[in-house]
Amino acid sequence: MKHILQSMLTATAAVAILASGAIAEDAPRKGGTLVTVLGSNVRNLNPAVQSGIVTGYPGAQLFAAPLRYDEDWTPQPYLAKSWDVSEDGLTVTLNLVQNAVFHDGAPITSEDVAFSVETIKAHHPFKSMFAPVVSVDTPDEHTAVLNLSKPHPALLLAMSGQLMAIIPKHIYGDGQDPKTHPRNTENVIGSGPFKLVEYKSGEHVILERFDDFFIEGRPYLDKVVMRIITDPAARAIAYENGEVHMGAFESLPRIINRLKKVDTLTVTDEGYGGIGPLDWLAMNTTKGPLADVRVRKAIAHAVDKNFIHKALMQGTAADSKTGIHPDSPFYNANVEDYALDLDKSRALLDAAGYPMQGDSRFSLTIDFGWPGVKPQVEYVKAALKKVGIAVEVRASADFPTWAARMGKMDFDMSWDTVFNWGDPVIGVHRTYSSDNIAKGVWSNTQGYSNARVDELMAMAAVESDPAKRTALYAEFQEIIADEVPVYHTNTLPYHTVFNDNVGNPPLGIWGTSTPIDMTYLKK
Amino acid sequence: MGILRIVLIRVLYAAALLLAVLVLNFSLMHLAPGDVADTISQSMGGADQEILDEIRVSYGLDQPFIIQLGKYIANVAQFDLGYSFFYNQPVSRLILERLPATLLLVITAQIAALIIGVVLGVISARKPKGISNYLVTFLALFGYSAPVFWTGILLLITFSLNVHWFPVAGMRDVTIEGGFWTHFFDVARHLVLPAVTLGSIFLALYSRLSRASMMEVLGSDYIRTAKAKGLSDHQVVYKHALKNALSPVITLAGLQFSAVLSGAVLVEAVFSWPGLGTLAFQSIIARDTPTILGILFFSALVVIVGNLLTDLALRLVDPRVGGRE
Repeated sequence: MKHILQSMLTATAAVAILASGAIAEDAPRKGGTLVTVLGSNVRNLNPAVQSGIVTGYPGAQLFAAPLRYDEDWTPQPYLAKSWDVSEDGLTVTLNLVQNAVFHDGAPITSEDVAFSVETIKAHHPFKSMFAPVVSVDTPDEHTAVLNLSKPHPALLLAMSGQLMAIIPKHIYGDGQDPKTHPRNTENVIGSGPFKLVEYKSGEHVILERFDDFFIEGRPYLDKVVMRIITDPAARAIAYENGEVHMGAFESLPRIINRLKKVDTLTVTDEGYGGIGPLDWLAMNTTKGPLADVRVRKAIAHAVDKNFIHKALMQGTAADSKTGIHPDSPFYNANVEDYALDLDKSRALLDAAGYPMQGDSRFSLTIDFGWPGVKPQVEYVKAALKKVGIAVEVRASADFPTWAARMGKMDFDMSWDTVFNWGDPVIGVHRTYSSDNIAKGVWSNTQGYSNARVDELMAMAAVESDPAKRTALYAEFQEIIADEVPVYHTNTLPYHTVFNDNVGNPPLGIWGTSTPIDMTYLKK
Repeated sequence: MGILRIVLIRVLYAAALLLAVLVLNFSLMHLAPGDVADTISQSMGGADQEILDEIRVSYGLDQPFIIQLGKYIANVAQFDLGYSFFYNQPVSRLILERLPATLLLVITAQIAALIIGVVLGVISARKPKGISNYLVTFLALFGYSAPVFWTGILLLITFSLNVHWFPVAGMRDVTIEGGFWTHFFDVARHLVLPAVTLGSIFLALYSRLSRASMMEVLGSDYIRTAKAKGLSDHQVVYKHALKNALSPVITLAGLQFSAVLSGAVLVEAVFSWPGLGTLAFQSIIARDTPTILGILFFSALVVIVGNLLTDLALRLVDPRVGGRE
């Protein structure tokens, strides 16, 4: 299976290379209206105060970031034509492009960069992105210097995609709360390649080409329509009959596989490395049998990942062995993999002091927060029965009910989906750091604590040398794979769908959370 | 007893009922673990504890239950339905924005179902043992028992995918340009599938009821008299029988209209119809208390006003009603 998967991956990569070669030969056509979808209602168009994949797409069209990333995780100039990290890593200088203007014609200056950093630092949900930034100096209109309290290599990724929107100070600096600012949804003035025409909650976001965009000749498209279609089956039909050109974040295996068979459509899982969505089995390491690492290992050996990949995800999801997404350059695939081994599992449980008593050894509960992952928890229940662990499935009425249980660590096991959000500092540390235990949903809800893991994360957070950083994260991943506070099973099968008419769809590491100024319609 | 006094008493009842609706729902929402801060954090891919606490403080979620409830009731008493934390908009604006789409869908579906239902009912009543009767019965039972989300998807696959007659979702095509009539026909095209889906439930009710009532009327003495007078079959059925057979159907239709706000939730979800149903569905999932309560308040208000008007109408039409008081 592993080989098949690998060869499939290679084949996909080869197709991707061929495809990108083919695209390079075509000259991008200018004009046209791209019709795309949003899978849920967007509530806020300002990524500086609202994170998330739904805001990310329109947000990255309306607002420019200092940097953008290519498919190989290499930073590229965007609003910053160049940047420089000092030798000691304590200052990062951004040199902005000279001619950039906001949608209302006002120039984009270093003042706006400073204001954006300040706003994001205060109101963005991910505190770790700009926490080490102490101040921003603005020596001249086109130079912004970020002063750091410690080296912060995660900063470069945090200045790309949707994570750092440069917002106009003359609009958002009027003293109103940026989180509820009326201009987050109405008459939005941004810095990106497209400007807002109309936003209707629950219906659509309509954008049109910003003629004075700071990159000459772009964007190619005249108009982008983002329709809000919440039903996945209805979206699938819209792709198939051509009503919609492109969409992202499709995650239902059945629908992905059906759309793959449609001749006019391309369905790909490229473009999700930045967001890094992972599915896993979380375990509360602080109480009962799960406090014993041998029990957690026994569970990992009894749960067959192969079944999850093939039967439940129907081949649409990739294997993931650690808390870092497999597309990330920091991913370490050489860690304990917990192949299916029921005998070993039983032996571990015996050794941990839980012999069979009648039908079972002990009982545990398993939670889930949304109906889509019920098959996974039902499978875990069936799989663990084979080694003598009785599992009771606890349904939650809705997401907040589950989130409250998780946040208070009122659970034994739970199915969970967590995103990396670029650098491990932003989305990975939170799950394993001992000073982030039980701080709401998607914190360290496992109660996991390991001094070496804390130390490795602290060192990696300030390590400027990429090779050394990779080594630190490699060891970090070995330990968490070995101690299984979380049994990592698979990536969330997000897929982007686009039809033959779409040229150069956004398939970089941030997927649709990047400007689509290079995307075009072939006819 | 004066109409005015009856209205006054009913208004007082209504106010008490509305208060009960609000207190009960507010308490129920509060009993469930978790709150809107969790769903806001979900939509953002997680948030630091500090930010979550900040959200709770700024929306007053950290205050004791009684204070939250008291503030809410006081606001509603001043006709202020509050502010949606989730949508960052005043609730009244959210509801009024979505209302026209729902009204368009529900009224179209109702009227179409009423007309078609009565026609089918009459057809099957005239030949109770004919093949058309069985067809109509089958259609009615099928429409009534098939879940609307299934009917909806089935119609989508047939009429949007296999033949491109109707669009998949939404209420309008924002890419087309043109005058009023272009947009009118565009909305009409978008309306067909959702209206047919929603109408399939009502159609069953109307066709069965009009069939039964028509058969009863067709067997009555005055119809026999009319036939004996030598009137044509057509005249007997449409001029004499139908008028009398319709009254129970109209009563039912009136009752159904009070369900305007609740009926369309699933249909709107399937077709991404930008109406109140979608809003209700999303705010329940998001645990957006002010919006949910606002919609419930609004629905309760519609039902109460509807009942009051029905009562008054009956009183005017039928002097026997209210005679006891």
